[in-house]
Amino acid sequence: MAEVLVQVENLSRFYQNHRAINQLSFSLKAGEVLGFLGPNGAGKSTTMQVISGNLAPSEGEVSIAGHDILESPREAKQHLGYLPEQPPVYRDAGVDEYLRYCARLHRIARGQVNASVDRVKQQCGLEEVGRRLIGNLSKGYQQRVGIAQAIVHDPQVVILDEPTVGLDPIQIREIRTLIRNLGSQHSVILSTHILSEVQATCDRVQIIRAGELIYSASTESLNQGHESSVKLALRNNVPLEALSAVAGVDHVEALDAGHFRVFLAPDTNTDALVAAAAQQQWGLYELIPEQQSLEDLFIELTHNEEVNAG
Amino acid sequence: MIWIIARREIGAMFCSPLAWILLAVIQVILGFLFLTNLDNYFLLQPQLMQFENTPGVTDIVITPLMHIAAIILLMVMPLLTMRSLAEEKRNRTLSLLVSAPLSMSEIVLGKFLGLMLFVFILLTMLMLMPLSLYLGTSLDSGKLLSIYLGMLLLLATFSAIGLYLSSLTDNQTIAAISTFGVLFMLWIIDWLGGSVSNGHSVLSYLSLLQHHHSMLEGVFNSSDIAYYLLLIVGFLVLTIRQLDRERLL
Repeated sequence: MAEVLVQVENLSRFYQNHRAINQLSFSLKAGEVLGFLGPNGAGKSTTMQVISGNLAPSEGEVSIAGHDILESPREAKQHLGYLPEQPPVYRDAGVDEYLRYCARLHRIARGQVNASVDRVKQQCGLEEVGRRLIGNLSKGYQQRVGIAQAIVHDPQVVILDEPTVGLDPIQIREIRTLIRNLGSQHSVILSTHILSEVQATCDRVQIIRAGELIYSASTESLNQGHESSVKLALRNNVPLEALSAVAGVDHVEALDAGHFRVFLAPDTNTDALVAAAAQQQWGLYELIPEQQSLEDLFIELTHNEEVNAG
Repeated sequence: MIWIIARREIGAMFCSPLAWILLAVIQVILGFLFLTNLDNYFLLQPQLMQFENTPGVTDIVITPLMHIAAIILLMVMPLLTMRSLAEEKRNRTLSLLVSAPLSMSEIVLGKFLGLMLFVFILLTMLMLMPLSLYLGTSLDSGKLLSIYLGMLLLLATFSAIGLYLSSLTDNQTIAAISTFGVLFMLWIIDWLGGSVSNGHSVLSYLSLLQHHHSMLEGVFNSSDIAYYLLLIVGFLVLTIRQLDRERLL
């Protein structure tokens, strides 16, 4: 069993009387990428700020690599790299100069600074802009400098708050690859409201709403197992009853001409359906298993909560 | 750690034209005043020769020069201190320092040391003017040292107050104006002394001006030093507390 690097217990955070996080508990193991999902204002950024020590928790405990963030902040922060929503870059500094400064701030020995800076520049694709001023770089490059800053000291835990906001699709892909690569050596917490990003990069998903954890699962289990319905496209005209009559079919929904959604009974597969289609010459040309996508889940969960709250 | 932050601070100051322009403007104004003071001295010199125990060139040229320098710096220092924390807050770069393995005191002391390095450069450039008189005459070097120390302590106090007010806001202009206001109040607070008979001693003790005066006259009084150190330490502690408090809000 892998070492637990981030442990959050019963974390609450108030802004005056407003409760931004409510009794949040979770943990993160080494080598895991955790995706934090939630609608706007759900408390994602606040949680990240608390874990990174930028905000003090109102209640509860946060420990990083076994060090409590309040009791021994220095040791805890030594193992932590943090990219806030807005990359904390000095616009008037050069990329090299800035990264060297960050390396020194994280107590990297003078002799190893250049090696570390070269390593992160290579990781983040910053080799060609080393001498340019950060303020003159595009948003995407600034974001990369921000990520480079978070990993320059090779921390065990990396926290990235919405790392792909404002990037173009190609840059988003590059950053996702970078995050995946990070996940092989570091533990990563990633917040986002882009659902496909979580499915593309994370091992585990947590959805929070109004400061409460409402869902937590591995993305793998999310992608499997929900084969409860299939979408059929048939060339020939087939009555609904013929479909419902097939063994293992629970009920059928007609979509439009020649398209059906077939709900299967639990613990059955599509074999009988395909056999029937071949025998009775339905002209089957499309069969799509419908997975419960993260998006459906997300909307379902957050919407339900809204209804309840309303 | 403190040193790394201080070096970045001084580097950033000299990256922007602000530091250079401030240095140039101060140097030109004070250079001009230095020369007029020197001219006055040449006019007075024949008369002074007739008396025993007359004030020397240090008293006639340098002390008044430093008086004016202090007043000019009172207006200039807020411009230097305003950016130190307010800019970091506005650009959200403070979280870089906060999430690094540093204590708040290290951050604040680093910022303060950075300001002090600038003050040191500024003051050394100013002192070159009086020192150039060594070429032609002899100076009261004890008094010169006292003046230098007095100015250093005064500017350190300005910096500490400016740093605190910069930590209260994310708007540089507000930081500069409020720093100027506080410094100016501390400067003139003993003017009230005339009308309030009882409070006079307290008010004049609070005034930066009184303590600065005696050091410029060459009186090295430990209570003056204590006054400055108290203000510096006090405002630095307030700054650290302010930054800590922001994490709780």
